[in-house]
Amino acid sequence: MSITPSGAALGNKQLTSEAKRRRRKPLSTGEATSRSLSSRPGRIIVYCLMFIWTVPTFGILVSSFRPEIDVKTSGWWTWFTDPSVTFENYRRVLSSAPGDDNMAKFFMNSLIITIPSVILSVGIALLASYAFSWMKFKGRDWLFVAVVALLMVPLQMALVPLLQLFTGGAHIGSVTIFPDLNLTGTYVGVWIAHVAFGLPFCIFILKNFVSALPKELIEAARVDGAGHATTFVRLIVPLSVPAIASLGIFQFMWIWNDYLIALIFAGREKAPVTMKLAQVAGERGNAWHLLTAAGMVSMILPICVFFALQRYFVRGLLAGAVKG
Amino acid sequence: MGDLIWALITVTLAIGGLLAVLGGLYWLSGRLPKKWQEGARSWVFLLPAMVAMIVGLLVPAIRTIYLSLLDDNGKDFVGLSNFKTVFTTTGTRLTVFNSMTWVFVGTIFTTIVGLSVARFADGMRGEKAAKSAIFIPGAISLVGAGIIWKFVYDGPPFEVGLLNSITKSIPGLPASMGGDGDRIWLLERGFGGAEPPATAPGFNTFLLIVIFIWASAGFATVIFSAAIKGVPDSLIEAAKVDGATDRQAFYKVTLPYIRATIVTVATTITIGGLKAFDIVAATTGGRFGTSTIANEFYVTKFVQGRGGLGSALAVMIFILVIPVVVMNRQAQKRAEEMMGA
Repeated sequence: MSITPSGAALGNKQLTSEAKRRRRKPLSTGEATSRSLSSRPGRIIVYCLMFIWTVPTFGILVSSFRPEIDVKTSGWWTWFTDPSVTFENYRRVLSSAPGDDNMAKFFMNSLIITIPSVILSVGIALLASYAFSWMKFKGRDWLFVAVVALLMVPLQMALVPLLQLFTGGAHIGSVTIFPDLNLTGTYVGVWIAHVAFGLPFCIFILKNFVSALPKELIEAARVDGAGHATTFVRLIVPLSVPAIASLGIFQFMWIWNDYLIALIFAGREKAPVTMKLAQVAGERGNAWHLLTAAGMVSMILPICVFFALQRYFVRGLLAGAVKG
Repeated sequence: MGDLIWALITVTLAIGGLLAVLGGLYWLSGRLPKKWQEGARSWVFLLPAMVAMIVGLLVPAIRTIYLSLLDDNGKDFVGLSNFKTVFTTTGTRLTVFNSMTWVFVGTIFTTIVGLSVARFADGMRGEKAAKSAIFIPGAISLVGAGIIWKFVYDGPPFEVGLLNSITKSIPGLPASMGGDGDRIWLLERGFGGAEPPATAPGFNTFLLIVIFIWASAGFATVIFSAAIKGVPDSLIEAAKVDGATDRQAFYKVTLPYIRATIVTVATTITIGGLKAFDIVAATTGGRFGTSTIANEFYVTKFVQGRGGLGSALAVMIFILVIPVVVMNRQAQKRAEEMMGA
């Protein structure tokens, strides 16, 4: 077999890393064509997938700016030949007038649900991660394995009893061990649910990071007389900023996009955008023009976050998956 | 606005209160005899996490197992009869088969798409754009994904669904495959004249799985792409010096090398498929034979109010997750051994 070369791609492959470029150079002789031929089907596959993956979202984006009558009578792709733009759909879904959907309020609800849940789950997990990484106590490894095992528990398993706890408290005989706080339909209930369900994952990620911090630093702090509280505040928190950022963004997306927890705990008034969107779809299934705009309102923030903070987000994903 | 201010005050108070309690406990632990101090302080750091996980996750999960052994009113002990009901009722048995279909079809195709993009886009002009395009659906909520695809699958009275418009333009396509452009895709279980039996997943279930694949492929792509870039250049180079083509190098070197990653991604997607709820709920609500275990759990418990059967369905998800995780561990170990050898 003749030496099919390989690296020959230099011409049409834009390699980002200098190392890769160097590796390919010596091999790239006159046979560049064979590489480019062999990868053309590959490129076509990627372009096709890109197209299929973008078209549905693009369709609803275009539709959201089209007048009601157009949305209902002609496909969005006709917009290119017959463009007409209106903001009426957005005005309707954001408006709080009676009969309108008031998505602005539910967007705000989503923020009120998401931000505290993210701060609390990441903060509490960071505290626990420090204990798991740098403190000595009996049963430490065993306890960490238990936390990781909780990752397996699907949240459906916990929903009903947690809801019962929120509505009726917990009693053993006549002794109340958890008071009836009536937390359903409040933000507090949703926060607690999100924090409890998110913690095993957050601890798992942050423990991996915190325990990999340089031992010398933490020991040096201890020699200088710093207690655990000081070490945590002065050393662990600032050093963990990259991990906190990645995990925070990950949690943000997860909680913003959640539907099930909101459906069970939030109630109609405190509902986040996802829940409102599903409601709009269910109750006014024929108002396609409003559905498009409502959908875009619910997606705009996570998409912006993704584009603005892509690097951190991807890093978070990788941290979560590599050791999974 | 009122809500926002209220929330800000509550959160500030909650965090402040939490820190005050922890600070107080930390100070108290300093007054303990020296040998207990370290242990006590550890528990101060662990306290909020442990309380939240025990109260919010562990105890409720155990209670769900207990509830799954009671009747629907949570009164009488009925043993495993709720689980028997799951498998003997046509409707719930279908949801189990549907979930299995989600898991197999969803995982296989998501992995294939993820690997394809990661492989073919690697080093391509516009690699970043390609990966972003595949990933965007992953940033959207699954409810949003359901709505987006509603515009693809919808039929009359919505006259301009994308899929109908495509099938209508294909000459000679029979009406049973959407040739007349009037098919309500998510409602009809049959396709091309074939009607699936009552306990088998219908064509509409596969259409819902397409949404799942669409939403998860970005995640797979990102992970695979990082893994492929992590394959040492020297390995690929050596294979090529030995005469391997790009294709051979990919199948014989890259794929085995990233085996562990493939297993991890497949596990994550599988678990996602088992928990599939949002997509089903936002599109069909589980009607027309499209329900999955996770959706049936919601409907059974929260719409029909059947506590025992609902809990049994939740436990079913857990039972199905366990072998997946165990298999993942074993495959992971095997992969590590291979790499070590």
